[in-house]
Amino acid sequence: MVHDLSFEVGENDYLYIVGENGSGKSTLVKSLLGLKAPSKGKIELGDGLKLREIGYLPQQQDVRKDFPASVYEVVQSGNLGSRGFRPFYTAADKKRVRENMELLGIRDLEKQCFCDLSGGQKQRVLLARSLCATKKLLLLDEPVTGLDPIVTQEFYQLIYQINKESKIAVVMVSHDIESAVKYASHILHLQETALFFGTAEEYKKSEIGKEFLGGQSACLKN
Amino acid sequence: MFEKLIEMFSYPFMVRAILVGVMVALCSALLGVSLVLKRYSMIGDGLSHVGFGALAIAAAANVAPLIFAIPVVVLAAVLLLRISGSSKIKGDAAIALISTSALAIGVMVISMTTGMNTDVYNYMFGSILAMSSSDVELSVILSAVVLVLFVLFYHKIFAITFDETFAMATGVKANLYNTLIAVLTAVTIVLGMRMMGALLISSLIIFPALTSMRVCKTFKSVIINSAVISAICLFLGIAISYLWGTPAGASVVVINIAAFIIYSIIGMIKNIKNWPLT
Repeated sequence: MVHDLSFEVGENDYLYIVGENGSGKSTLVKSLLGLKAPSKGKIELGDGLKLREIGYLPQQQDVRKDFPASVYEVVQSGNLGSRGFRPFYTAADKKRVRENMELLGIRDLEKQCFCDLSGGQKQRVLLARSLCATKKLLLLDEPVTGLDPIVTQEFYQLIYQINKESKIAVVMVSHDIESAVKYASHILHLQETALFFGTAEEYKKSEIGKEFLGGQSACLKN
Repeated sequence: MFEKLIEMFSYPFMVRAILVGVMVALCSALLGVSLVLKRYSMIGDGLSHVGFGALAIAAAANVAPLIFAIPVVVLAAVLLLRISGSSKIKGDAAIALISTSALAIGVMVISMTTGMNTDVYNYMFGSILAMSSSDVELSVILSAVVLVLFVLFYHKIFAITFDETFAMATGVKANLYNTLIAVLTAVTIVLGMRMMGALLISSLIIFPALTSMRVCKTFKSVIINSAVISAICLFLGIAISYLWGTPAGASVVVINIAAFIIYSIIGMIKNIKNWPLT
């Protein structure tokens, strides 16, 4: 159970939500997406952001492995939120699909089956889908789980670039504290309640930050 | 042989059987892709048993079979989804529970009224003589509604089949569409079950989807292929049933098995060709 938690994400921020397994990260993600109502308090969306306009990237094991779907079909399903009750996609939707595929360098995979892709390619496709769903905020739930170290670093770079160049705020749920202090503008350290919330610089200087970062590098040395 | 096939179309009951059969085959093929991928294949089997029970009661009470059976099976479909949603009884167990209950009630009703006769045999294994002309009208209208709804909600059905959590996060009411799929499946099963038989109607849902997935790798091509395969297999099955006097349901399933084997072989050849690349 997560309790007494208060934080905010501003325009163009890059927030890392870090914490151990069972610290309440997934519950928080569900609440942010509106799939689970918080028992107390509320989540406010400013600047005309609507709930369905959050670009969500689920954990990889949520997505089926033997599913017959082309890359194009998967990316296009990101446009669904803005469709409402209209049944078909418009030319503008299709343009958006192509632009996002180009941005992530997966245009040449367009006709391939999603199930035949490598782990890193799959995450790019799902990221393109999330980008179709949003103009303002990406919510990524442990996006690098199961990726090898090189692909992981590429993926972090890519998200950093999207945050800077496309001016999209990013909320990244992760247990990778090292990459958090490297890329984040803000950090929320979760352990059923907020152990820390502030900018990444402050986190590095804080007691808890030193403890966790120091702990990790000590482990690496041993 | 060819003359016999032409002759087949001169009988009104054959034209009715082919018309309704092809419509039902199209509906079940489309819905089947989503059901198979969501691991709900057995729902078709469960609902057909409920349909059997409902038809038995309708016959005993002397009411029009379709008018009575459709609401009952739709209700069962919604109930099945609700039960599988709650964690107390798991989905597969819930289906087995409801389907065997309905079958038992159906058998009890039949044995207390008409007794086990040819009608019961036809319910179980299907008959091309099952469709009266008033049934045809209702069947064609309802299958047309199923097809139109499927096309209108195609993209949403893709989204909730592929990734329900993401679909919900983008504001798609997944529960609503799951219920819609279940209701459409229920209607399709009731329409097709007297021709295909209660024991075999679920094959119309499962076979075309699995067959086309041997070869096709995109959702759209799987959907289109399933629909085409399903309609062709149904037509050939009915023709066999007419030519050799075999039960309609079993004949259609045999053709579907043949199609599945052919597609599996094509799929394997394709994989071998691509093998050095992957």
